Formats: sequence, C-alpha cells, structure tokens
Amino acid sequence: MSVLAYGVVAWLFLVGIYGVVTSRNLIHMVVCVSVAQSATDVLLLEIGYRTGGHAPVFVSLPAHPGPAVDAVMQALALTDVVVGATVTALLLALAVQVHKRAGTLDPDALRATKE
Amino acid sequence: MSRRARLAFFAVAAAALAVTLGVGLAGLPSFGSQLTSYARMLNELASPQRHVTDVVSAITFDYRGIDTLFEEFILLAAVAGISVLLRPLSDETRELPEDKAPDRAIPPPSPAVWLLAVLLSSLLALIGLETITHGVLTPGGGFQAGVILASALYVVYLGTNYATVERFQPDALLEASDGVGAFGYVVIGLLGLLAGEVFLTNVVSLGVTGNLIAGGTIALLNLVVGLEVAGGFAILASEFLDQTAVIRTRRR
Repeated sequence: MSVLAYGVVAWLFLVGIYGVVTSRNLIHMVVCVSVAQSATDVLLLEIGYRTGGHAPVFVSLPAHPGPAVDAVMQALALTDVVVGATVTALLLALAVQVHKRAGTLDPDALRATKE
Repeated sequence: MSRRARLAFFAVAAAALAVTLGVGLAGLPSFGSQLTSYARMLNELASPQRHVTDVVSAITFDYRGIDTLFEEFILLAAVAGISVLLRPLSDETRELPEDKAPDRAIPPPSPAVWLLAVLLSSLLALIGLETITHGVLTPGGGFQAGVILASALYVVYLGTNYATVERFQPDALLEASDGVGAFGYVVIGLLGLLAGEVFLTNVVSLGVTGNLIAGGTIALLNLVVGLEVAGGFAILASEFLDQTAVIRTRRR
C-alpha cells in the first residue's frame, strides 16, 4: 500500500517535469508545472493520513468513530494550494506578455535570449 | 540544445531524481500507520483550547498564524505582480471596443445563460458567505470562501457582456478589499500586542464551542482573509479579461 501511495507522488512529479521539458506551448508548460506541484499536495495529505481516520473536524463524533487524520498536513496542503494558484496565475500573465512580444508561445521559437 | 539532447539530458536527471525521491519516500512511515505526536496533540487540544471544531482552521489561523500571514502576503504580492505585468505597455492603450455598426445592435446573451448567471451568482455568493462564517465549525474558511465569492463575479461576467461590467468599474472596490484584507490580518495580530501578549495571540472572547461565533480571532481572521482572497481573485480575472477586451495596440 505504501509503495502505491508514495509511488503516485513520484510519478506525478516526474511526469509533470517531463511535460515541462518537452512542452511546445507555454500554456501547456504552466499546466505541467501545476501537475508537478500537485505531487506535493498528494504527499502532504498522504503523510497525514491514518487508516480509518476521519476528517479533523470534531462535529457529531458518535457518527464518525475512530482517530482523526493529521490536521497539520491539511493546513500545509492549503498553503500549498494557495501558493500553487498564485504561481500559475503569474506564469500565465508572463505567457500573455511573451505572446504579445514574440508572437509565439513555442518556447523553442523564442529567440530573444540568443540575440 | 536540440530536443533529442534535451530529452537525453532529462532522462539522466529524471533517473537520478527518481532514485533520490524513492529513497526519501521509502524513509517515511508506512502509509496510514501513525500520526506525529504534534498532530495528535493538536487534535486533542485545539477544540478545548480554542473552542473550534475545525482543527485545520485553528492550525491555519492560530497555532501557525504567522505562516498564514506570510502566505497572505504572497498572494497580495502575486496579485500586485500580475497587475504590473498586465498593465498597458508603452505601445498599448485602454479603450473599450468601438462599435463600427451602430445600426446593428449586439445580441444580448441568451436568456438561458442570463438566467443561469443570475441563479449561480447569487447561489455562489450565498455559499461563499456560508463557507466564510462557518470556517471555525466545518471545513472551509477564508481562503476557500474568497475563491467562491470571486467566482460569483466571474459568473456575472459570463451572463452580461464585459463592457457592462466595466462600466460599473468595481476595480477600486476590489483593490480596497484586497488591501484591507491583508492589512486587517496585521491589525488583528496587533490586538495581541495591545493586550500585553505576543503578536497574533488569540485575545478575543472565545465563545462557546459549536456556536457560529466562536474561536476568537480565528473567526475574525477568516473574515479578513476571505475579503483579501475574494478581492485578489476578482482582480486576477479582470486583469486577464482586460487583456482581450480593453487593452489594445495604440493606432499610429
């Protein structure tokens, strides 16, 4: 079970980075960055998970017996989501301006760095 | 670097990374087996100490409140950065699209879209307010609620045309809510100093566990964060929409 759970994290991260390396479109590249970044969300939630655990919300407890999962990791995942959203938005804004200046979104076709 | 060389380079780096990741992940406790003592302690103590039922809120806005302060500033900085990045450049100008055929009226959005927008936007605003006020009780809180509230505005954009929304110019209001929200967090933190405790101490009356008004500063911080996130995400949408609708190359 551990292998599958943590394997997903490594797979998500590597497949995201692979997408960034082979991307031919900056918008696609931004999506790949958020795929790689979502690996950390999954990892945080998995570290905090406990078999049979319920959400760390202590309302109507008799209906949800058993231990609660790690609330600290959920709070960190929340931080991660917020930072991920801001990074995506900033990168998309950069892509908009790159398209205006260079007329293309293909990172290989950008020549400004060579001149 | 050619694509093939880049891929080969990536294959080597990815293999090394996969091995490192594998070793690191293998060192973690097995999935679902145990909690750290820190997590067990907070799960036990948060409810009696802070009178909230949602421990995630207690951690985000109280036990690790300083982290969230900086997280909020990251969001503020990103919104400011995007506003700067997407400003009209030296060869661009801001003007609404010119109507070249005044005799032919632009067809309004279809009644179905309009109706859906009216229903959805009010529903989203309601859910947003519910999420923001119940942050201390159930999953939710300022960050989630802010995004929901901002999406209520997105639906308004969808149901009318952009020029109509632009005429109302909620920009100043949105920017104010973004700034006031970020500053409000600091002000609530300073309450702790005024009471003779450390910054961000929960000094407001804690109320009764399970009531809507409980948790002291946790509920207040939820409100200001909701205000900031709603303003920030609404500004984001309008900045990106401005790029297609209002900002155009200056005519020579």
